[in-house]
Amino acid sequence: MSDAIPEFSKAKSAEGGDVSLTNLSAFSGSSGMRSGMEVLAIALVAVVIIGGIELALRSFQVPEYIMPRPSAIAMALFTEFPLIAPHLGYTLVELLGGFAIGASIGLVLAAVITQFPFAEKIIAPYILLLVTTPMLALVPLLILRFGFGYEPRIIAVALAAGPMVMINAATGFRRVDSAKIALARSYGASTLQIFWKIRAPMALPMILVGLMIGAIFGLLTAVGAEMVGGGFGLGNRLTTYSSMIQMPQFFAVVLILSILGILIYVLFFLIGKKWASWEA
Amino acid sequence: MTAGHASTPKLAVRAATKAYSTASGDFLALDRCSLDVKANEIVSIVGPSGCGKTTLLWSMSGLHKLTGGEILLDGKPVAGARPEIGIVFQEANLLPWRNLAANINFPFEIKGEKPDKMWIDHLLQRVGLEGFNAKFPRELSGGMQQRAAIVRALSLKPSVLLMDEPFGALDSFTREEMNRLVEEIWLDTPTTIVFITHSIEEAIFLSDRVVVMSARPGRVAKEYDVPFPRPRSLEIMATREVFDLQNAIKMDIIGGRASSQPAVVKTAAPVN
Repeated sequence: MSDAIPEFSKAKSAEGGDVSLTNLSAFSGSSGMRSGMEVLAIALVAVVIIGGIELALRSFQVPEYIMPRPSAIAMALFTEFPLIAPHLGYTLVELLGGFAIGASIGLVLAAVITQFPFAEKIIAPYILLLVTTPMLALVPLLILRFGFGYEPRIIAVALAAGPMVMINAATGFRRVDSAKIALARSYGASTLQIFWKIRAPMALPMILVGLMIGAIFGLLTAVGAEMVGGGFGLGNRLTTYSSMIQMPQFFAVVLILSILGILIYVLFFLIGKKWASWEA
Repeated sequence: MTAGHASTPKLAVRAATKAYSTASGDFLALDRCSLDVKANEIVSIVGPSGCGKTTLLWSMSGLHKLTGGEILLDGKPVAGARPEIGIVFQEANLLPWRNLAANINFPFEIKGEKPDKMWIDHLLQRVGLEGFNAKFPRELSGGMQQRAAIVRALSLKPSVLLMDEPFGALDSFTREEMNRLVEEIWLDTPTTIVFITHSIEEAIFLSDRVVVMSARPGRVAKEYDVPFPRPRSLEIMATREVFDLQNAIKMDIIGGRASSQPAVVKTAAPVN
């Protein structure tokens, strides 16, 4: 039992200030929803940019190996997709597998470690080291150790996503609102009840931020690891197509990757809207 | 009042002492505070900021341990949370991720009990919050949030209600409205209330007794009986007696703070 007087006046909501998934990105308006006019404007800008590039590439007769035309990329995406699809599957397996492992470990560690402020202080620099070290650097070693299969990539994804999830979730769990904990305690709540009914919901917005960043870092690491070695995955396609100077196909894969990234963002945005909108 | 034993106060503070060790040395937040609260009495505690009134309230709730002295509830020492004690916090303290119904259900969830639907509905209707069950705290005004907090505190039918500057963040009109609501509820269902406030007017309006604390170290400096009849109308609150009492308390608080200034003649002698 901590015995400090809750300072209501100073820290109004919580330590660390307000976090919100909805204002995480410049892509979402302040209200979270866009009007029809805005959607139209965004689409119009896209048409102008893509059309402009197409026109410029055609009129200056830029060779395809320097920059393929948007129409060629679209064609390549359409015709080559059956060939790219299995590789997309491999990358997704690595991403989902590694993310599930890394995120679970990161979440559990964050929840446990924030319960022990002293241990947290000792561990903090190492966590920072894990977060700031590009896990891609370990991939050659992992390949040496585990071969060219799924294992080194899944491990790399887990190593990249885990610390990201952990550091953000820990920030969430650290947002102690002593007044809310006092409230629970005044009804005789146990430590476990305080965790599930106060700390966890308070941490949820930050946890979602961590999961999203972790997933995007995981995608990055999966693709990077595939580029280092092994015969499959979207990263492998990138190196293969570029070495064969098949630029439309190359850009088709890049397009698939950006769609994946956007899907990750949208997924967590929607989850946040459903479960953490109270903080918006 | 109708206390079971005239001799046993509902809530007794006996030489309560609380010391904090800080980086800049030990700090005495409470120094041998003693105070009796009779059953179904409303006692307000006023005093300059930092006089330890919040510390005293938290000690009464059993959530904070004293370094000396003791708190007795019905003659038995309070240690740890007690179901007979309800707390109304500063700034409502609702859980923002729960709607109104879920917020009021929270104490029952913690205790693993079935909520008393009839009683809760009665309370909600009493404070004018019926039909707001699905609303989230951010959709409610400050006054409505504090009403919900009062319902939550009363939902377990506590015999003692501790209120820690509950209306400090509200505008003065809403605050007066809330004060009248507390008085009405109290007249309906008598409860022992300890009320901490910065507002002397609020203290006089609500209380049977006003306790003035002095700062550094926190001590009970004076107690005033507030004998005005209830419900306390605007007319009563505008009388000379109320005005004099208000000034006397103000003088105690300001006089205690600016001790370098010569004391002004006191207009009203403490009754108790």
